[in-house]
Amino acid sequence: MDSSQIVLIAWIAVKIIALVLVLLVSVAYLTCLERKVIGWMQTRIGPNRVGPLGLAQPFADVLKLLNKEIILPTASNRFLFLLAPVISIGTALAAWAAIPFDKTAVLANLNAGMLYIFAVSSLGVYGVLIAGWASNSKYALFGALRAAAQTISYEIAMGFSLVGVMMAAGSLNLQAIITAQAGGIWHWFWLPLFPLFIVYWIAGVAETNRAPFDVAEGESELVAGFHVEYSGTTFALFFLAEYANMILIAALATVFFMGGWLSPFDGTPLAATFAFVPGFVWLLAKFGFFIFCYLWFRATFPRYRYDQIMRLGWKVLIPVTLVWLSVLALAIVGHLAPWFNT
Amino acid sequence: MTIPQERTMPEIHNYTFNFGPQHPAAHGVLRLILEVDGETIVRADPHIGLLHRATEKLAETKPFNHSIGYMDRLDYVSMMCNEHGYVLAIEKLLGIDVPVRAQYIRVMFDEITRILNHLLWLGAHGLDLGAMSMFLYCFREREDLLDCYEAVSGARMHATYYRPGGVNRDLPDKMPQYQASRWHSAADVAKRNANRQGSLLDFIQDFTERFPKCVDEYETLLTDNRIWKQRTVNIGVVSPERAIALGFTGPMLRGSGVEWDLRKKQPYEVYDQLDFAIPVGVNGDCYDRYLVRVEELRQSNRIIRQCVDWLRHHPGAVLSADHKIVPPKRVDMKKDMESLIHHFKLMTEGYCVPAGEAYAAIEHPKGEFGVYLISDGANKPYRLKIRPAGFAHLAALEELVRGHMIADVVAILSSLDIVFGEIDR
Repeated sequence: MDSSQIVLIAWIAVKIIALVLVLLVSVAYLTCLERKVIGWMQTRIGPNRVGPLGLAQPFADVLKLLNKEIILPTASNRFLFLLAPVISIGTALAAWAAIPFDKTAVLANLNAGMLYIFAVSSLGVYGVLIAGWASNSKYALFGALRAAAQTISYEIAMGFSLVGVMMAAGSLNLQAIITAQAGGIWHWFWLPLFPLFIVYWIAGVAETNRAPFDVAEGESELVAGFHVEYSGTTFALFFLAEYANMILIAALATVFFMGGWLSPFDGTPLAATFAFVPGFVWLLAKFGFFIFCYLWFRATFPRYRYDQIMRLGWKVLIPVTLVWLSVLALAIVGHLAPWFNT
Repeated sequence: MTIPQERTMPEIHNYTFNFGPQHPAAHGVLRLILEVDGETIVRADPHIGLLHRATEKLAETKPFNHSIGYMDRLDYVSMMCNEHGYVLAIEKLLGIDVPVRAQYIRVMFDEITRILNHLLWLGAHGLDLGAMSMFLYCFREREDLLDCYEAVSGARMHATYYRPGGVNRDLPDKMPQYQASRWHSAADVAKRNANRQGSLLDFIQDFTERFPKCVDEYETLLTDNRIWKQRTVNIGVVSPERAIALGFTGPMLRGSGVEWDLRKKQPYEVYDQLDFAIPVGVNGDCYDRYLVRVEELRQSNRIIRQCVDWLRHHPGAVLSADHKIVPPKRVDMKKDMESLIHHFKLMTEGYCVPAGEAYAAIEHPKGEFGVYLISDGANKPYRLKIRPAGFAHLAALEELVRGHMIADVVAILSSLDIVFGEIDR
């Protein structure tokens, strides 16, 4: 191994560490934001004691969780019990490798980036399944069963909606998908793929087990579902994974349907005025919106019942995607302007 | 040929699991043993008694009026209504008259209590079904009503305000004010005190004017929400016949379409002079019970309004003048021998209630709350039996949840509106 390779590997390692650090800090602040936003929606104040405006709250939470004892249930399978949170957080972080933040800012510009992300995020359900099984607790098992069924069902709907994106962009590379949407807000895929966009977003919320699809945790039914037996750091890992996945789904929604780091003013007279704004600002603004939707849903909707989620997934979302894929195929074959005429 | 026992597959049993007593949706200390087949309930076995405090037995050891405070602690979300049932039973035995003003005050506070109870129910029901903002919105309004409790009795929950012969004292002429502090600026406090400038009646009237809009807000979030309807429509259906056979009362019975309300059918106090409607459901499912309770919020608001109007124009006594039962004024005691004797007798021995038995029932927010009292002529009850509304409802739980899913157990359980203080007593 010569020195240039070592430098390259070190450079990649630095990039990975930088990405993970930024991600973990944003996850920490997402938890804070969630408590604040839901607090405001519920006529409360939210955390405001630790640090100015409660901004040190996430770190207090982390310290608290790290200091707590990790309780290992005697009847649990110890190895799998500890492996499960690692799988959860590992897959949640690994998926970020392929997310483009700007024209050149991406850790791994994979040609099959979409497939990679889809595969890695699907692996996340193993963390939940193993956690539920290894805990050897009845509530946890129920949570795991529900999570498995739900994730598999919604993976199909999500996969189909991504097939639409792939057809429209003609590529699996995330950068190529973004550049295929160039030309202004009306060229972004949310418009020609509108039903797929909605299906993707619903499936995304369901994939991350967030309200109103949070039956795997189901506070009022299963107490905490699959992670009922977890405490301290092991719980913190699940928690981090959940929020990292939320950000991931929001980022993907941005990349696939909202033009990623493209400026919303392209194709308008204002394009030149806003040309100085770097791409990742637009990216952040767009996925900030999706993140807010997550919190908004949580404060608004009642929880679905387990079988109703299945019905929604199989009987509504999947047929919708199938129909729209056919429509899309016709549009592409017919070179429908302004999206598919190049 | 028979296969030897040890070579057969082990029989696969249904999954049995414990729901509570420490469960976020157990509404207190219910322990429910659920037998499930997949997610479908095969059997549900409620275990009660974890909050048993022997209220009935305790009451036998105390003079009659000492037990009023225990009544608050039965159904601890509809405090004054419990007191009302007990006080009515004593009054029945004593044959004592209650001033009309006191009757109006009792009715007003009964209805305030009904709103308190239904708001808590609505919030908890929402929370159980995952609509967690409802809980906070409902508590925002409860806060004002608890302030009314506090203004009139000094306590926000366990008021001990009703007395045999009336109520403890008249409505206050001014409301307590918020004080500025390190956390609340003077301007902030002035805003919060804006509707507290007048008497308690002004404050209540202000509440009744705002409250219908709040109920509209709750309804926009829930009533037509598709998820909410999917979770509640056709869940836990009770036919009118079964509802009667199971001993249902209150909103549970009315949700099934039986128009039965003690305020109309056996009017007590001044309910026969007030104008209000009794909502009834059609299907007897969780959704209808929800609609009935929400409409009761509006009707209670109407009743409170009428009571406020009446109370404004009819000052007068709020306690019977019979000092064999009701302690005399403190001022009188200082100069009047008779009053001093009465006071001494009442504070040491209490009062003796003529031998006999009485059953008094009121339309409690949860259903019929009955107090059956036997007196042997002493200063303590010989026996006190409380008929809690929730007991019969909880007993029907198994019938309601069988065949439903685990998530529905939560929906049905919270639609019963049970509180363990009164079920376990």
